[in-house]
Amino acid sequence: MQDLKALSDAILTGDAKTARDITEKALAAGVDPLVLVNEHMIPAMAEVGRRYECNEYFVPELLISARAMKSSLELIRPLLVASGREPAGRVAIGTVKGDLHDIGKNLVAAMLEGGGFEVIDLGVNVAPEQFVNAVREKNAQIVAMSALLTTTMPSMKTTIEALQAAGVRNKVKVLIGGAPITQRYADEIGADGYSENAPGAVTLARRALSLA
Amino acid sequence: MPEWLTQLLTAGPVVTDGAWGTELQARGLPAGEIPDAWNLTRPERVAEVARAYVAAGSRVILTNTFGANRLRLAGHGLADRAAEIARRGVELSKQAAGTRARVFASIGPSGRMLLTGETTAAELTDAFTEQAQALAEGGADALVIETMSDLEEAKLALAAAQTTGLPVVVCMVFDSGRDKDRTLMGATPEQVARELTAAGADVIGANCGVGIERYVSVCRRLQAATDRPIWIKPNAGLPVLECGRVVYHTTPEEFARHVPELVAAGASFIGGCCGTNPDFIRAVCARLISA
Repeated sequence: MQDLKALSDAILTGDAKTARDITEKALAAGVDPLVLVNEHMIPAMAEVGRRYECNEYFVPELLISARAMKSSLELIRPLLVASGREPAGRVAIGTVKGDLHDIGKNLVAAMLEGGGFEVIDLGVNVAPEQFVNAVREKNAQIVAMSALLTTTMPSMKTTIEALQAAGVRNKVKVLIGGAPITQRYADEIGADGYSENAPGAVTLARRALSLA
Repeated sequence: MPEWLTQLLTAGPVVTDGAWGTELQARGLPAGEIPDAWNLTRPERVAEVARAYVAAGSRVILTNTFGANRLRLAGHGLADRAAEIARRGVELSKQAAGTRARVFASIGPSGRMLLTGETTAAELTDAFTEQAQALAEGGADALVIETMSDLEEAKLALAAAQTTGLPVVVCMVFDSGRDKDRTLMGATPEQVARELTAAGADVIGANCGVGIERYVSVCRRLQAATDRPIWIKPNAGLPVLECGRVVYHTTPEEFARHVPELVAAGASFIGGCCGTNPDFIRAVCARLISA
């Protein structure tokens, strides 16, 4: 049996092929998929986040690590679903109405997928109703909104109001982020959380669903 | 570097302009609409912004062409009008500048990431070449590649801009990492200065970011790593939302107070980015005269 530490290393170095190979062999050898996720992969992504905070990793490293994590998860997820174990949570993510910037949103989506979440990517210029529908019809537990422009930030508030009006505000956690966003703004509009960077969003999402 | 540019620089630091997007929004540009489209639909408003900067004392003004490339315009159904929008943007700034200011035409990022495969080097080269050629046809004195977060994209834009034969400024955003002194992709000022110098940029710099104080040391570090003149255009701090309105708390006077430090750090071109307006340019000019 191959040392599973190699799986963490493959995620840390962003080596998707190795990550997938080790996962495949471990599953064939009968290792519990949840053990792989909880004891090897999630700690590896947490280490990626730590290195980002410490100026050792930057966006390129985040992206390739998330990609490696995702390639392993693609093998694991069907097994978890088949055995009735759900992913960490379901997130509906989008750049708010009026805003067409998706780099930050895509980065957070990649990190959340790497963190074991199921991500419903609603794209850019997402109207409040689309977020509401994702909660109603797809049972998203988290609504994650991004805005790059100061002029489109108010769409976050409008979306929270729409969730309230639709009677689903208490069914979801609302997380926000983007260059002009601050914790103060999150508090002001009644969001449940704010992260200033992509790895922080994963921690925030886990905390919001009481997973960490 | 052409003779006129050398002469412009020998007279001391050159004052450039402030923000365009926020100025156009103040004149009615709706949120989410791409400012560049106004070159065709509301040219008089765009010209107003250009004239306001010339009147405030800008010796170099930019153009409302930051997003005038086919990749960005595609999201607004205007991809095929990219060249026309770019050309018209330069013409509007040229008319406003007359003989009082030089026009450096703006080229912003594509908005797509090479690293995630959202775009390719070939696609970026085509889009930037089309934009740069149109800006040159419109009569630009120089080109400014600005607000770049990825050195690879910046270098592709530089190579495309060089096909016009015009002088090219390349400036990047330093707002990431623990000390907010790296690009989004993690490049340091030294790395940026060295690579852009090797790639033949005529002027190298930093714009946008998290406020003017942070750019003093970025400026010093860029300057120490290159023999090219340095271009600095910081934000008026970070925006905050108050009662539903976007407010930048840095005042023109607070902004201008850092100007002598930027000059000491080696800045040759000084202006402002998001949140700055003609009042900031007037304050910068007043500081330079009194210094």
